[in-house]
Amino acid sequence: MKKKVLVIGGGIAGIEASAFLSNMGFDVTLVEKEEKVGGHLNNWEKLFPTMRYGSEVLDFLKQGLNGKVKVLTSSELEKIERIEDQRFDISISSGLNETADAILVTTGYELFDARKKEEYGYGIYENVITSADLEGYFNSNREVRTSGGKIPERIGFVHCVGSRDEKVGNVYCSKVCCVTAVKQSIEIKQKYPDCEVFCFYMDLRMYGMHFEHLFKEAQEKYGVQFIRGRLSEAFENQDKSVLIKVEDTLLNRPLKMSVDLLVLMVGFVPAQGTLKIGRMLGLENGINGFFKTRDQHTLTNVSNVQGVFFAGCCTSPKTITNTITDARAAASTIAAYLLNCEIDKRTVNTRK
Amino acid sequence: MKEEGKKRIWSEYQKEVPDDHYYYVRSCIRQTFFPGSEQAFLRILREELNRDVYENPYHTTCTGIAYHADIVPFDTTMTVVARQFALMTESGYRNYVPSCITSFGIYTEILETWKHFPEVEARIREKLWKATKREFKIPENLSHSSDVIYHFRNEIAEKAKYRLVNCKTGEPLKVVDHIGCHYAKMFPEKGIGGAEFPQVLSGMIEAWGGEVIDYPERRHCCGFGFRQYIVQANRGYSLSCSRKKFESMEPYEPDLIITNCPGCPMFLDRWQYVISEMEGKTYGKNGFGIPVFTYEEIAGLVLGYDPWELGLQVHQVSCEPVLDKIGIPYKLTEKFTGKNKEFLGVPKMPQYLKFCC
Repeated sequence: MKKKVLVIGGGIAGIEASAFLSNMGFDVTLVEKEEKVGGHLNNWEKLFPTMRYGSEVLDFLKQGLNGKVKVLTSSELEKIERIEDQRFDISISSGLNETADAILVTTGYELFDARKKEEYGYGIYENVITSADLEGYFNSNREVRTSGGKIPERIGFVHCVGSRDEKVGNVYCSKVCCVTAVKQSIEIKQKYPDCEVFCFYMDLRMYGMHFEHLFKEAQEKYGVQFIRGRLSEAFENQDKSVLIKVEDTLLNRPLKMSVDLLVLMVGFVPAQGTLKIGRMLGLENGINGFFKTRDQHTLTNVSNVQGVFFAGCCTSPKTITNTITDARAAASTIAAYLLNCEIDKRTVNTRK
Repeated sequence: MKEEGKKRIWSEYQKEVPDDHYYYVRSCIRQTFFPGSEQAFLRILREELNRDVYENPYHTTCTGIAYHADIVPFDTTMTVVARQFALMTESGYRNYVPSCITSFGIYTEILETWKHFPEVEARIREKLWKATKREFKIPENLSHSSDVIYHFRNEIAEKAKYRLVNCKTGEPLKVVDHIGCHYAKMFPEKGIGGAEFPQVLSGMIEAWGGEVIDYPERRHCCGFGFRQYIVQANRGYSLSCSRKKFESMEPYEPDLIITNCPGCPMFLDRWQYVISEMEGKTYGKNGFGIPVFTYEEIAGLVLGYDPWELGLQVHQVSCEPVLDKIGIPYKLTEKFTGKNKEFLGVPKMPQYLKFCC
């Protein structure tokens, strides 16, 4: 009889891991709470650093499902119980019951609620939007306009909103926001060449292959201006433009300017689904609220509960590339566990 | 500006304000700067709202200004504050209501310090005992007196004789609210509405019929800023802070400014005169300034108190344009008549800033 795997969350990691596991011969059920799979990737038009369409990647990933995976959309888990030492009994909102020999948690992330950075006025000032809102313009092919309907002549991007910020309790780097700001600022310049674009950053983490190239292109080809300094506050002018105060830390002087549109680069926080599944299964959280992996270097897909595994952004913020890689790693880790492979017996010894 | 966004933030920063039995502690400087305000607070609480308010004559400074000017060490400040709490305890009260925002900040900071570092509280208790043989209980509630007026804003509106409305046009008066920095900027959860979009004064303005003006430099310091003013060499900085605010609010044509801190109305009021003398610039209409009020003065005005009883004659910027707009009667001939009915004399006229007398 085929061993069964339940995958919780139909984002990038859930799709790719399901595809690999089903192709390896396991019986895979993928549960997704939304109406369609794809997660956040559905909302992003073009991807850094290649500027390719997100839909191209999603189409590729979906090919892996290809009728071999039982996909349950608009479904949520209601109950998970361990019925035998090695198996789980699962109740799903649609009334279905499933059993599983292993569970892969791919519940991902949510975007930081920018309203928590009250001083930036998101949800109060008319022309303060998030990076996700801006991508929504791109993805739906709408022209980017201010609340008054004019083409913005000056846009500011604020990096690290909700990331590396002790004030909001998120001390970690969300990894994708820096390069997303570079990508989006280039897209703005491509669409509106006369628009001035300013990026306000703490430091730019251009660690990925081609990220630095994109960053250089933004400066040299498109004239995007990068200013090292975080915003202290924003305020709405009488004409609804946004007055911002920044310290330019390279010039050692305060800077005050008005922008027509202020874009907040929102970071990642653990998804509500992550917290819910964590409580159901008794999974340990790390210091940042994301799931804690058994070991940070070696057992990165393994949880503290036997038979439960992780992939994707439920353990930490990741790029799409890293998420796909992580999903494949999780699939092979689960396969090794279910097939009782020798390699699954390895342990990490800590030297004193 | 999306009002629903502000309301969402306000809902997250509501604090409990007791309904009665207040231990009221006055400010060191307000009685000089705006002498009718604290008296108006007591009159409103006792006579209009029938509440119990107690003042202890042995109350002293909290040392706040000296503390922030780096003259008094924190342990001294904490011990003085411990004595204030001892006086409250001996008086049989537990709801501590300071009139001063600096004091409110000092009390908040000390209570938070003691909460996180109980050994510091123990040390201060010992120092107080050695020095005075006094003991104290921690207040059950710490509310600034503007919190208390905010708490009763709707009752005051029900009793009001006047509203913050232009009696000729029916339009709401445009009101700038300025919150003292130490009210919520240090501990946002201790202020009604938080630090970024405080509700404590805007709630009063709306309850009494006015319209709140948001302007870009709303959060900026009034110009007092302790060392900016207390260190004489820095006073240009103090002045430039106030000027920055006036320049920013001017396009919105505010009818008045309302404040909840001892220093803010002083500096926003007096510096308008200084700027007019230095630059010939005035920020109100027809050569007048923008009148600056304390929240007690505004509460007193809407309740129908006599403007000169409220001490409005000591304002540098004439308040009469606002009184005329609201339709509050006043006798200009009595503006500088003392309590004993003697004429006190008319101040020297500014060169540019128009002044009613």
